[in-house]
Amino acid sequence: MGLRSGSAPNMKLEALERGKRATIISVDWDAIAPEEGKRLRALGLDEGARIAIAHRGVFGGRDPIAVMVGRMTIAIRRVHAAAMVVEPA
Amino acid sequence: MTSLRRAALVGNPNAGKSALFNALTGARQKIANYPGVTVERKAGRLLLATGEEIELIDLPGSYSFDATSPDEEVTRALVHGDFDGEAAPDVMVVVLDAANLEQHLVFAQEVIELGRPTIVALNMVDLAQRDGLTLDPDALSQALGVPVVPTVAVRRKGLAELTAAIASAEAAAEADHSAHPRPHLTLPERRLAARNIAKATILSQSTTRRLHAGLDRILLHPWLGPPILFALLFVIFQAVFAWATPFADGLEALAGLLAELVNNTVPAGIFRDFLTEGVIAGVGGVVVFLPQIVILFAFILVMEATGYMARAAFIMDRLMASVGLSGRSFIPLLSSFACAIPGIMATRSIADPKDRLTTILIAPLMTCSARLPVYGVVIAAVIPNTKVWGAIGLQGLVLFCLYVAGIVGAMVVALVLRRSVTAGRASGFIMELPRYQMPRLRDLAIGLWQRAWVFLRRAGTIIFAATVVLWVLLTFPQAEPGESQLDVSIAGKVATAMHVAFEPIGFNREMTLALVPAMAAREVAVASLATTYAVDSEDEAQTEQALREQISARWTLPTALAFLAWFVFAPQCLSTIAVARRETNGWKWPTFMLAYLFVLAYVFAGITFWCATALGL
Ligand SMILES: Nc1nc2c(ncn2[C@@H]2O[C@H](COP(=O)(O)OP(=O)(O)OP(=O)(O)O)[C@@H](O)[C@H]2O)c(=O)[nH]1
Ligand SMILES: [Mg+2]
Repeated sequence: MGLRSGSAPNMKLEALERGKRATIISVDWDAIAPEEGKRLRALGLDEGARIAIAHRGVFGGRDPIAVMVGRMTIAIRRVHAAAMVVEPA
Repeated sequence: MTSLRRAALVGNPNAGKSALFNALTGARQKIANYPGVTVERKAGRLLLATGEEIELIDLPGSYSFDATSPDEEVTRALVHGDFDGEAAPDVMVVVLDAANLEQHLVFAQEVIELGRPTIVALNMVDLAQRDGLTLDPDALSQALGVPVVPTVAVRRKGLAELTAAIASAEAAAEADHSAHPRPHLTLPERRLAARNIAKATILSQSTTRRLHAGLDRILLHPWLGPPILFALLFVIFQAVFAWATPFADGLEALAGLLAELVNNTVPAGIFRDFLTEGVIAGVGGVVVFLPQIVILFAFILVMEATGYMARAAFIMDRLMASVGLSGRSFIPLLSSFACAIPGIMATRSIADPKDRLTTILIAPLMTCSARLPVYGVVIAAVIPNTKVWGAIGLQGLVLFCLYVAGIVGAMVVALVLRRSVTAGRASGFIMELPRYQMPRLRDLAIGLWQRAWVFLRRAGTIIFAATVVLWVLLTFPQAEPGESQLDVSIAGKVATAMHVAFEPIGFNREMTLALVPAMAAREVAVASLATTYAVDSEDEAQTEQALREQISARWTLPTALAFLAWFVFAPQCLSTIAVARRETNGWKWPTFMLAYLFVLAYVFAGITFWCATALGL
């Protein structure tokens, strides 16, 4: 995927720094179990969503991740975040 | 009388449906600040201003009619009229969280698309205000094309208006039976529309710093969060002993006085024995644990009402993942500390079937409140009430360890099950973390009163009944002078026969006997021991003695520890087995559960006894 002028390069949501805002630009739904994909979409974690990572992991681990979407905070796993490509704002 | 007209409450999880339901019908359904509290359909009566009644149905929260978990499926089926032959509801009441419209409006549109008479309850307007939002309900109503009523369920605001709106929608439904389905939108279309409608509804928003972000920074901190959770659990179990003691002592003294009173007023004979040995020693022995149970529930209720419970699930997720479960299992497991039955019911919010089954199978390993009296009485009898490391009570510490033993046991069992009978893809963890709320004192008081009442009712019914039966079996046939009553009684004979199997793990005969009626309810183990010792007592003074003193005089430490270990794993009560059967649709899994728990209990009680004996305790 190419770079757009003026914005940071796209990256996996997993790699997004805590507190940085970003937009989800694509999701590899095949990498996520179908039921879980449905739940993620129902919660608004879908292409076009503006998100930020609020918290990540316990005891130095990187799971789970708390993502802010709109006025909600949603806990997801790293595998989900690894399937999402974001464009930092 | 023709069947009642029906209205159903639907909406996203944690929108306040059950709170509205309770406020409108006077019911006392469980409400708590995390998603997935309601997992069943519940019905109540709503009185309209005309004096007419309609049936109001509370449903599990749902993100979409495209269900992903068993609780969402209940909602889908009921709304679409596929639920046990029940007709679809006439009126839909969509409950929205006013502070999170963009999300809640997505499902709302799906409901409105059905074309049935629909009302929107714009709930939690107080929280929207707290978050700095000013909303325009009329704009929302215009955009959605249905009436909108602002409400604050927990302050009983907007209830009359909501009832009136339901009544007029209901009247309209009666006049016109055909539904008017609206064009069907796709999810992205609905999401876009939701965003636009929310924008039109929100008149202004100030950027008040949201309380919950700050709290989460501490409570979900990668290094601080887990110790805080652990410390909190530790404090709970310390408090259960430390704070309850004065009250428990009071109740115990009261039971002693009562026994003395009966001894002084009722003529000696079989009836007096029944009162002192069966009712006062047996049932009374259980009731003295009321203060401990109330304290335990007070903590659980506060955790549920504030929203901390979902954070605890977040923190525990890592640990749960390492045994093949997810943080989603944490809430059902935590409910199982109250009782395994609601815990097993709560697994309906787990989408993955294998995950759910594993959680059901390990739920009984979480120490339920009914086991608290068993632990309590044995700990009080054999563990000295001293302090270790300064301020920590030894008794509370032992109690904490027993709970931890159950949790560790559950984790190990889950690990084994996920690699054998419930093997499958590791499931993920997706959960909304609700906003923090200040618990309302009134709700807490009602919740506590309900739990206390349930406990007392159990004492008055099932525990009483089991104790009476046991007392009869212990009292007949009557011993000749010189014989021991325990030896000649029917129950004593049964216990002697069973004892062969339990002697190797250090159980004495009274303990063995207590295991049988404890299947009815765990607390009956305490009542059973109390009644057995009362029947076996030489004189009245001894009958009046508290069970704690009897145990401390009669049991060795290894025996007592073996008994505690047994109850960590002990096969659960009959009602748990019945619920497990219903939730897993058959006898296969409950039988399996019973078998593995029995083996674990036996083995661990044995290991505890042998080790303690070898150490010369
Ligand atoms: N401040 C405020 N809190 C509310 C209001 N309505 C409900 N609550 C709280 O919100 C939380 C969720 O309420 P519930 O009634 O359990 O929500 P529900 O929609 O039944 O949730 P599920 O059963 O999980 O689908 C509880 O902590 C309630 O006390 C409201 O109008 N204002
Ligand atoms: Mg509910």
